[in-house]
Amino acid sequence: MSARQVHGIVRPKSAAATFLRLLLFAVLGLFVLYYLMPLIVMAITAVKPLDEIRTGTLLSLPKDVTFEPTLRAWDSACVGVRCEGLKPYVWNSIAMVIPAVVFSTLLGAINGYALTKWRFRGADVIFGLMLFGAFIPFQVVLLPMARTLGVLGLAGTVPGLVLVHTVYGLAFTTLFFRNFFVGVADGIVQAAKVDGAGFFGIFFRIVLPMAPPAIVVTVIWQFTQIWNDFLFGIAFTVGDSNPVTVALNNLVASSTGVKEYNVDMAAAIIAAIPTLIVYVFAGKYFIRGLSAGAVKG
Amino acid sequence: MARTATDLVTRLKRVDLWLPKVVVAPSFALSLFFVYGFIAWTVYISFTKSRVMPRYEFAGLIQYIRLWETPRWYVALENLVIFGVLFMAFCMAIGILLAIMLDQRIRAEGVLRTIYLYPMALSFIVTGTAWKWILNPTLGIEKLMHDMGWESFQFDWLVDREMAIYTIVIASVWQSSGYVMALFLAGLRSIDDEIIKAAAVDGAGPIRTYVGIILPMLRPVFLSAFITLMHLAIKSYDLVVALTAGGPGIATDVPATFMYSYAFQRSELGLAAASAVMMLITIMAVVVPYLYSELRAGRK
Amino acid sequence: MRRFKKGMALAFGLGLLMASSAAQAGGTVEVLHWWTSGGEAKAVGELKKSFEDQGGTWIDSPIAGGGGDAAMTALRARVVAGNPPTAVQLKGPGIQEWAVEGAVADIDDVAMAEDWDSVLPPVLAEIMKYEGKYVAAPVNIHRVDWLWANPEVLAKVGADVPSTWDEFNATAEKLKAAGITPLAHGGQPWQDATVFEVVALGLGGADFYRKALVDLDMEALKSDTMVKVFDQMRTLRGYVDPGFSGRDWNLATAMVMNGEAAFQIMGDWAKGEFLAAGKVPGEDFLCAPAPGNAFILNSDSFVMFEVSGAERIEGQKVLASLIMSPGFQETFNLAKGSIPARVDVALDAFDDCAKKSHEDLTAAMTGDSLVPSMAHEMAVPRSVRGEFLDVVTEHFNSDMTSQEAVERLVAAIQRAM
Repeated sequence: MSARQVHGIVRPKSAAATFLRLLLFAVLGLFVLYYLMPLIVMAITAVKPLDEIRTGTLLSLPKDVTFEPTLRAWDSACVGVRCEGLKPYVWNSIAMVIPAVVFSTLLGAINGYALTKWRFRGADVIFGLMLFGAFIPFQVVLLPMARTLGVLGLAGTVPGLVLVHTVYGLAFTTLFFRNFFVGVADGIVQAAKVDGAGFFGIFFRIVLPMAPPAIVVTVIWQFTQIWNDFLFGIAFTVGDSNPVTVALNNLVASSTGVKEYNVDMAAAIIAAIPTLIVYVFAGKYFIRGLSAGAVKG
Repeated sequence: MARTATDLVTRLKRVDLWLPKVVVAPSFALSLFFVYGFIAWTVYISFTKSRVMPRYEFAGLIQYIRLWETPRWYVALENLVIFGVLFMAFCMAIGILLAIMLDQRIRAEGVLRTIYLYPMALSFIVTGTAWKWILNPTLGIEKLMHDMGWESFQFDWLVDREMAIYTIVIASVWQSSGYVMALFLAGLRSIDDEIIKAAAVDGAGPIRTYVGIILPMLRPVFLSAFITLMHLAIKSYDLVVALTAGGPGIATDVPATFMYSYAFQRSELGLAAASAVMMLITIMAVVVPYLYSELRAGRK
Repeated sequence: MRRFKKGMALAFGLGLLMASSAAQAGGTVEVLHWWTSGGEAKAVGELKKSFEDQGGTWIDSPIAGGGGDAAMTALRARVVAGNPPTAVQLKGPGIQEWAVEGAVADIDDVAMAEDWDSVLPPVLAEIMKYEGKYVAAPVNIHRVDWLWANPEVLAKVGADVPSTWDEFNATAEKLKAAGITPLAHGGQPWQDATVFEVVALGLGGADFYRKALVDLDMEALKSDTMVKVFDQMRTLRGYVDPGFSGRDWNLATAMVMNGEAAFQIMGDWAKGEFLAAGKVPGEDFLCAPAPGNAFILNSDSFVMFEVSGAERIEGQKVLASLIMSPGFQETFNLAKGSIPARVDVALDAFDDCAKKSHEDLTAAMTGDSLVPSMAHEMAVPRSVRGEFLDVVTEHFNSDMTSQEAVERLVAAIQRAM
């Protein structure tokens, strides 16, 4: 046994312990199956020809691997009368996600900073009131939001959608940053104040450089939430500016005709790739960010 | 550098008295309007006879009376209780179990962690179809088992009125338990190794160490996991729509789908608003005490 | 005048629609619809193409899902925002609901100029109007009360297509004994309700149907006939296979096609599935009117919403006129499996089922047995329809007694009204 493992609590000392260790891996392996199954089903189906899907079971491996459905889903499957696949909608989503994530993260960072390091009277009440926004069911706000966007002249536009996502992301982003900054020693900020640094000076030169763990958690969270949003996409965008989730739904929810399950699944995977990439590559930092205090209770 | 340091500090102090408030003000104003303003609007609509579109003539409690006379509302509430309790219990249990197991210096921890966490990245718009296949008796696991020769295998919960709500639990636990795992893993990592070693020296076994010493230290993590899961449960909508669309019959209706369906499919805005208010009250009953304790803890 | 119209129909029928003299200017339309796939998407594509051929600009806003539920969410948000689409796929009393809110535009001048009254069935024309003025243009007529059957399977038990529900039950018992699923069905609320209204028509006739499902007459709703309707639903529940719950209707159609099941009760969009699989009506599959000697009408239509801007208003008029043109009605309905909403379009290019549908439609119009579909949002407001669906689907999926179902239905409808 390697030295590293000695730190664990279940230490492999005896036969019983070895058995425990095996059991541990067996249980972990079982959960791997549970978690991977939907993704495997999607991936297998996406590369199977249609007739193989009809005759086989959902987990039978493809005999002929084909990427034709994937290509079709990307740039030639029909969504409504437009047959350009998901490609244009992926760009719509990107155009919406990036500004929304940037704005809500920036605002969250500065709110969290102001609410913890420059405590003023009522700061906690303000934070509490803002945080409640995280719990509101989105179906409730659809109609008043629509009216507001209409009045602002933003109905059916990408900036409108960016506004919506920024507003309803604020509660979470502020929460993440506030909890992180609470853990940052006040002494550092006090010392900087004595040295004559101002509100923004301290923020940009001292606090923000310490905050990457919180930034990572916030960006991952916001990116996933906004990318996956469906309800706001339906209500607040028009045809060509639909985000990819709405386009995917249009593509999959066919009301007549032969269902091309492989194209559907390939399209679903395409819509999922950006968030998957974020989780696979940044997941490590996500957990680090969480341990660094972003979820301190 | 002509000015003295004291001058600078006093000048800054004055600016810094109002600057933090100014910076927070826009976000706060947005919240006031987009959260509380809209809630107020919804509450008002629940006292009107709005149908297709909002109407503003006050009509008293009629929508609440109708709501509590609707059998489907009780189905939705009952489902929320069943679903909510099981969802939270399983997410917690699986999340904690996985976190503890991953904390045993597992070689492949990075890979496993990613696998357990990735469902969080996907919406049910994406995975709904796959889940429907897996759970469907004539296409999914049941057929797979039959094809493999296990003829008596039965797994038809998706199409069974009594059991369908549990398939929703299966899929939702799949999505959210990884997040709970991440929270607890982060919590475990933040605990000082010395404590664990001390416990080992005292002769406490692994189970006693975890149950008796470590988990109680993670109380804040429990709380934030609980709150996250609770609000996910009350808001859950996508997965019900993707998996069963509330069926078979209306057996898997939950308050969120009830509200959506009355507001947007049935043109019963007033009734839908009344149900939304009931949901908001439930959320408040859970969240407000939490926020209160959270903020008191922060003040110390 | 008549001859002129026939001539137009022919000219259009040749294929592509040509710019008619009535509408030359272009205009712009933004069309909200939920026809995103298969024959329906193709049909909308035809409409778009024809519109653009006349120099117009077409902005497509498709939102699929739940038979238009998602699209209705978008519509509500758009109207509240003061940014409504120019034209919306909307049907039945839903049209009036929006008209009451003052949200829809009047296209009566186009309708008068083209004399829609004389070419549409009166029941349908009434639905297209608000306060006596046309606000919507119908694209098709679907018949709901069809019985689709696999002749080979029927031959196995020596049965014919039944003409009463008793005969149906007798045949079903034989099929069941032979190990064949008698009824292919998808357990989704709207499909349950489709079967329900077809049964109601078959057991009670057109008058009962109209009283109970259109006028919501309490006596009819409480009557013994209604109890019998639920009894028959319970009987039918015994004729479906175990995997029916949540199944899409087209998969149920495939069961009939493959001989796994004998019958399906579904509107004529099911025909599109048979035809797409290369099946021939009368040989590989049978289409027969369900018992009842009437016609349950379902129709898709486009409603013009109140918009500003000469360009868009012009677009609405061009679109309305285009939708009602015989040429478009033919191309569209060939793609969709329905028959033209205009009763004066020649059906030469259509299949036998469509011809039968047209024949029965004309007969039903004269015999006063043409009734609007409850399940397909043609008869009652969406709120009331929703209550019907809840009760019907709850009854079908549980062991509720027929008496209890009737009581629940009456209570639910009183609540919704």
